[in-house]
Amino acid sequence: MSKIRVVQYINQFFAQIGGEEKADIPAELREGPVGPGLALNQAWGDEAEVVATIICGDSYFNENLEKAQAEVLEMVKSQNPDMFIAGPAFNAGRYGVACGTIAKAVQDNLNIPVLTGMYEENPGADMFKKDVYIVATKNSAAGMRDAIKKMAPLALKLARHEAIGASCEEGYMPNGVRVNLFEKERGSARAVKMLIAKLNGKPFTTEFPMPTFDRVAPNPAVKDMAHATVALCTSGGIVPLGNPDHIESSSASHYGEYDITGVMDLDAAHWATAHGGYDPVYANEDADRVLPVDILREMEKEGRIGKLHNKFYTTVGNGTAVASSKAFAAEYAQKLKADGVDCVIMTST
Amino acid sequence: MKKLELGNILIHDVQFSNEGSKVENGVLYVNKEEICKIALEDENIASCEVFLARPGESVRITPVKDVIEPRVKVEGKGGIFPGWIAKVDTVGEGRTHVLKGAAVVTTGKIVGFQEGIIDMSGPGADYTPFSKTYNVVVKMEPVEGLKQHEHEYALRIAGFKIACFLGELGRNVTPDEVKTYEFDNIVESAAKYPNLPRVAYVQMLQSQGLLHDTYVYGVDAKKTLTTIITPTEVMDGAIVSGNCVSSCDKNPTYVHMNNPVVTDLFEQHGKTLNFVGMIITNENVYLADKERSSNWSAKLAKYLGCDGVIISQEGFGNPDTDLIMNTKKIEAEGIKTVIITDEYAGRDGKSQSLADADPSADAVVTGGNANQVIVLPPMETVYGHLEFVDTIAGGSANNIDAHGNITVEIQAITGATNETGFNYLSAR
Repeated sequence: MSKIRVVQYINQFFAQIGGEEKADIPAELREGPVGPGLALNQAWGDEAEVVATIICGDSYFNENLEKAQAEVLEMVKSQNPDMFIAGPAFNAGRYGVACGTIAKAVQDNLNIPVLTGMYEENPGADMFKKDVYIVATKNSAAGMRDAIKKMAPLALKLARHEAIGASCEEGYMPNGVRVNLFEKERGSARAVKMLIAKLNGKPFTTEFPMPTFDRVAPNPAVKDMAHATVALCTSGGIVPLGNPDHIESSSASHYGEYDITGVMDLDAAHWATAHGGYDPVYANEDADRVLPVDILREMEKEGRIGKLHNKFYTTVGNGTAVASSKAFAAEYAQKLKADGVDCVIMTST
Repeated sequence: MKKLELGNILIHDVQFSNEGSKVENGVLYVNKEEICKIALEDENIASCEVFLARPGESVRITPVKDVIEPRVKVEGKGGIFPGWIAKVDTVGEGRTHVLKGAAVVTTGKIVGFQEGIIDMSGPGADYTPFSKTYNVVVKMEPVEGLKQHEHEYALRIAGFKIACFLGELGRNVTPDEVKTYEFDNIVESAAKYPNLPRVAYVQMLQSQGLLHDTYVYGVDAKKTLTTIITPTEVMDGAIVSGNCVSSCDKNPTYVHMNNPVVTDLFEQHGKTLNFVGMIITNENVYLADKERSSNWSAKLAKYLGCDGVIISQEGFGNPDTDLIMNTKKIEAEGIKTVIITDEYAGRDGKSQSLADADPSADAVVTGGNANQVIVLPPMETVYGHLEFVDTIAGGSANNIDAHGNITVEIQAITGATNETGFNYLSAR
């Protein structure tokens, strides 16, 4: 079997060209390994080799981001590699950001497996650890041996498209993707150890860092509903029949704004749901079941509410990321405010 | 001081016998007729078959109702499974003999859509603790027209009776090892270990109802207030399973009898910590129940003067809220917590793992992601009913291919992501 072809990206310092004073050198392609690539080749033996090294100054890369990225991508492409490695960057901030940026660009544009390495506090780590595999290294180049020891085997696995184990087994930074592993001690023994550490003020590492849930305190109740403008919003996917804005049935990328001036009832001839996460039969029969326009119109007539706002905002909650939902609402909340809406009834499915 | 001696009779094989059932030289000999006779005492059970499954054999047991360890009380008050088989005398003192390494596994068309898989070999065997035990598999079918909850009850009781029958065979056998568990009252232990942190175990019992049930001394846990139990009581079967759903993180009775948090806290008792007691609380579905039960967990943890607790969950989704309530309220009392849970992070591991979260839950042990997909190759022998593997929790339609490979999420495997920390699986 032929050796796995690897292209490596390093900065001016690790190419032994110079320090800060040489940080503006443009990207250059050299054949074979340079600097850390020698150690990688040694670790891989006959299995893989660094066939080319791209050297680029940290200032050049970060100050000419688009140009530098395009140049480096072109260089990587020219080598037709099986694997791309950037760094390791240790605690060098701009180098770490460059490694993360270019690794992600290679992965996204050239569809080649990528790996980088850096210190956990390198700003590049937080920016890119969810996008690309980043091996956690020590904070200075003195940790090169340790970094290569982790990066070399992981790079082989990635290049061969093998299953990647859990972060604690493979040495990459936790990236939000949960991977199972078998521990040496059973769960109860790990819990007892963790509790003893916690009681004694010693460090311990949780096996599952709690996500931060955004809890919203409700606003005070509306005092005078009889004069309030009420808007309806939903994550239940109610849209005009035919889904004119093509809101996705799952993992929605946008929301819709629809006019209901004069609409007294959401009938089956004009309205339906775009939602793919529940049995749509009853919502399609009568969309008021999800977005209760009919009842609000009755209340409007009876004078129990001031009026129903003439627009509603809608999206599909099914499989939609919290971040997307937040962005949608932040945008249309401003529109509701500008239109003088006093309160919103948000319905789910 | 309370003292319970567990005399372990190490079982290293199980065999059928045409003579009476017995334990001899570490071999459990089982007479089928004797077992079936016990099962068929219940008029709701129409048929009974007995099989043996040993570690490494090409055997699949599914759907699994319960796994139970054979034990017998040889000294001290009461008997195994108080409230069910024995009267309700308080147990946990004296001496109990254990057929260590053996287990009774009940199967049958038990509410078919809801049960687990035990593979005795192959990749699935790594995920279930019960691929390592010598299993007496009892397959029982109900009389026609029996309602699901009555069916569950019949199988549950039959399993206990059979486990007690087998346990009884060890009464006069000299155990290979004796483990002693001593438990002081809180005054004595405070005097004995004034400088050790006081630690309790908060065990959350599955009590959502509709075949998600647990029983304490015969009482349905959803009708109980949070209370205190001495940890040796569970070793005599004070807590039993009435569960029938998502077997990866429900505790079979075997796990209650061998609760690993209890044993591992005992292991450290008097060395690094003072194990002051065990609090049992439920996981009911109503908000008022959740609030009351978690209030009481925190109250009792404080009352015991705890510095720290370990909280174990049972189940997922709805009970995540109970877990977080318990954690928040106990931490708010200034008591440090470690929680044991499992995750439903999606087949790709990218979704949110729990249905609730709080920053105070900063020390978590996980039993792994139950949505992980596994391919189980065909086994030579299936005890139970293979036709249910597409509808059990964790299965999906048409998940058996032409070669007999079954694709399931590991949530279908009995004990895979157990939340008392009984298993070795984890996730990062």
